[in-house]
Parts: sequence; C-alpha cells; structure tokens
Amino acid sequence: MTADRPGPAAPGGEKTVLSEDDISRSLTRIAHEIIETGHGADDLVLLGIPHRGVPLARRIAATIAEAEGAERDPDSLAGALDITLYRDDLRRSPARLPHPTHIPSGGIDGKVVVLVDDVLYSGRTVRAALDALSAIGRPAVVRLAVLVDRGHRELPIRADHVGKNLPTSRSERVGVLLTETDGEDAVRISRPDATEDEEARR
Amino acid sequence: MKHLTGIGDLDRASAIELLDTSTRMVATQERQMRKLPTLVGTTVVNLFMEDSTRTRISFEAAAKRLSADVINFSAKGSSISKGESLKDTALTLRAMGADAVVVRAPASGAAHKLAHSGWIDVPIVNAGDGTHQHPTQALLDSFTLRRHLGGEQRDGERAGSVDGQGLDGLHVVIVGDIMHSRVARSNVQLMTLLGARVTLVAPPSLVPVGADVWPCDVLYDLDEAIALAPDAVMMLRVQRERMLGGGYFPSAAEYTRRLQLTQERADRLPAHAIVMHPGPMNRGFEIAGGVADGPRSVIVEQVAAGVSVRMAVLFHLLASNAREES
Repeated sequence: MTADRPGPAAPGGEKTVLSEDDISRSLTRIAHEIIETGHGADDLVLLGIPHRGVPLARRIAATIAEAEGAERDPDSLAGALDITLYRDDLRRSPARLPHPTHIPSGGIDGKVVVLVDDVLYSGRTVRAALDALSAIGRPAVVRLAVLVDRGHRELPIRADHVGKNLPTSRSERVGVLLTETDGEDAVRISRPDATEDEEARR
Repeated sequence: MKHLTGIGDLDRASAIELLDTSTRMVATQERQMRKLPTLVGTTVVNLFMEDSTRTRISFEAAAKRLSADVINFSAKGSSISKGESLKDTALTLRAMGADAVVVRAPASGAAHKLAHSGWIDVPIVNAGDGTHQHPTQALLDSFTLRRHLGGEQRDGERAGSVDGQGLDGLHVVIVGDIMHSRVARSNVQLMTLLGARVTLVAPPSLVPVGADVWPCDVLYDLDEAIALAPDAVMMLRVQRERMLGGGYFPSAAEYTRRLQLTQERADRLPAHAIVMHPGPMNRGFEIAGGVADGPRSVIVEQVAAGVSVRMAVLFHLLASNAREES
C-alpha cells in the first residue's frame, strides 16, 4: 500500500499521524491478513518485540482468536521475544536492560511465527530478532508485522504486514504510544528538537 | 556502575536490576542454543592469584556463554609467581587489550586498587579479595533467596514474577567463620541493602572486630538463631587454611557440637526455610551431609545461579559502559 505523505512536521512541532481508531483499524486488518496468508490460526505464534511490540502482538492475537472462534486462547497465540542480548549496537548505544522472553507453551518449532514490532526503521532490530529466534527453535516460516514502516532500511529486510507506510526523513522522530505502555493510543511524528521520545524507545 | 569491586558499588536499584537481568539470563540458559552473541569481540581476562575452582569456572562459563574471548591468568606458573607486581600485571593486561578483568586475590583491596589506580582503564570485577568482599557470590545468594522466597506468597506456591523486588521482610541467618569470610561481609551488605534482616552466628573468637556496627545482629548460639524462625540459613565453610596456628576454637568436635547444622537443627526450621552454602563444603563439619543433600538445600542451585548472575554482571559492565564513553 502507498501512504499519503503527511506534511512535514514543523520544526519543534508534533503531528499525530495515526489516531486511536486508525491504530485499531490497522491492527484488525493485519490480523485478517495474517489469517488469510497463514491458512488460519492453527500453527500460528505471534511474538512481540519489547517494548511496544508485545501489547501489539497481544491485540492482534485477540482479534485472531475472536475471528477464529473460541477454540484459540489469545495467550497461547501471543508471546514476547526480547532481542537485547542479540543487538549489534550494544556497545555503541545507551544501556538497556533485557526484557522477559515468553514463548507460548506450544513452542515455535515448525510453527508460523509472526514477529510484531511498532516501527520498522533500519531493520537491525528484526535482524536481531531472527537471531534470537534461531536460538529458541526452528519455525517453519517467519513473517513480520509492523504498525508503522518509516523507511530508511539498512539491511535487506521487509515487512509482510504493515499498518501504515510513513515516509519520513531521518531527522524526524516517530513516536508510537499505546494504552498499555503510555496511557493512550497514537502515532506521532516530530522534529528532532521537539522530543527525545524515540531516543528513549529505540 | 563502572566496576564491581564490592557491594558498595551498588545501590538498591542497580542491585535489583542485576538480579532482574540474571533472571533473563537463566531463561536464555534453558534454550536449545545457550550461547548468546552479546559480547562477541570482547576479551575478558580472569586474573586468579588465589586458588579457586568454582568461581573461575563460573566466570569463564559466563563470559563464554556471552561469546566473549576468555584469557585465564593464574598465579601458578605465571609471572606473578616470579614476583611480578600487581601494577606490572595490570599494564600487561592493558597491553593485551583486555576489555574487562575479573580478579581474585589473596590481598584485601586488590580489586579496588586495580580499578582506581589508573593502571588499566577497563571494568574490574572482584571475584574475591582476601577477607574483604566477594560481590558476585552475594548477588547469586540474594538471587537464589529471591527466587525461592520472593513472589506473592511465602508458603506453598509462589505466584507471579519477582522482577523489581528486593528481599524485604526476609530473615537470613549466616553461620560460621564470619571473621575470615568475604562472603559474609558482602552478603550482610547486599541483603540489608535489599531489605532483609540478617543475623550472624559465630563463636566469639570468629566475630571480627567492628561487627557490632554492622547492620545486623550477632549471636553466639545456633539454637537461639533457629528459634527466631529464619527464612534461610547460610552455613559458611570453616576456612582452615586461613586459621593456621589455630586457636580460634578449642576443637573441631566443639565447633561441630555447637554450630553444625545437623538434621535435628534443620528440622526445627520453619517449613519454607531454605539451607544455603557458598561452597566448598566440609561435610560433617559445618553442615551434616544429610542436610546438604536434603529437600531444603539449594546449594547446587546456588552454583547454577552463579553463571547467570555473572553473565548479568559482565553484561552490565561491558554492554552498558559505552554510555559513559561516547
């Protein structure tokens, strides 16, 4: 899908590019895309990448469980995959603490694993996630779902399911806020001098 | 945290962070593939100027699981045995490009000296210095305590995660040769930092001068301490090699009679209480063999926790330090 280019945020300004409703619609659409491409929810595991990928994976899992009928419990569908220990920039960026990894009880061997993250940017997080995944097991297929793709890839990685393509300049910051972690649902874009939101997140 | 030379380098928040990271490390060690790429390209030197098996192996395993290169430098058969000073050793290690040094030394304060002398500017981890500090042992002891006795309920089943928690409300009894024990010193400091109450039990001759100002109680009688219904009892090894010349207690038989954790004494502990020992044990001396192997014993688990805790320490020191440099 192509996105309409949002006007550049004014220096020091902030612009909301996805509202609560937009986020909810995007996630519902992603959930249905996953069901269609994955032939149902039987072998599906959704792994969110901390921090904000985890609640997103849980929301998508809830929608899938609902759409598939009551036989799937969202908790057996969604988990969390921490990538901190697999990053290639640990010594170059601020310290971060590893988050818990939670793999649903069925494991990931032979499953269709969908990695879920909030923003796809350089692709380095996803690369780390693929390494982390291979330490845990061997999925049949790995897919990637993101709420926002902001471009500027540094690695040959692409997403299979995208909530919103958001062309940005490197100097802009994309901030994803979710009710579970931030008290509200919104995606905002801002000029660098405005917030250090993304710095704190990445 | 630039170095870990003693518990004094930690505050409550950073101690809990280390324990939480250790929990993450335990989880990675349960995977099919246990090796993590985290510290690839870094070199960790184990500088061991005193005999140690489990601590050295534990640090070596921790560094290797994080993909660091490990160089073992031990006193025997090295330049140290030829009389090289700590300073020259440090300069050698710097020239070899060490990114962190784990140091075990018979002299109290060696790790601190290495960290703050300016000879070498890399993170220093104290793996035990004389009778001073052994911070990673204290961290793994607190980790084991929190894992067993933390969570929502104390008795029966524990619920929920222990992340972010200290040891608040727990009562730990540490028994034995307090005077020569760096483990006891680090543990008193860390456990009280994390909110636990600590009672030391030792014959009066093995209580160090100044222990009256430590943030803990001191008793001379193990039965009295057991009557307080502690949540955990930690038995210390009687360090015969540090007591050459003897005279600290009349006889081994008397020590055993008064201070051994016998089956009968262990039976008087509350149902949930655990028994710990930093090892190596003198079975039948400070602890009865049956108690060491009994259901309360978490001694083997302490050793296993050691690798994860040391992984967490190396991760925090090596992966996090870039923040201050850049």
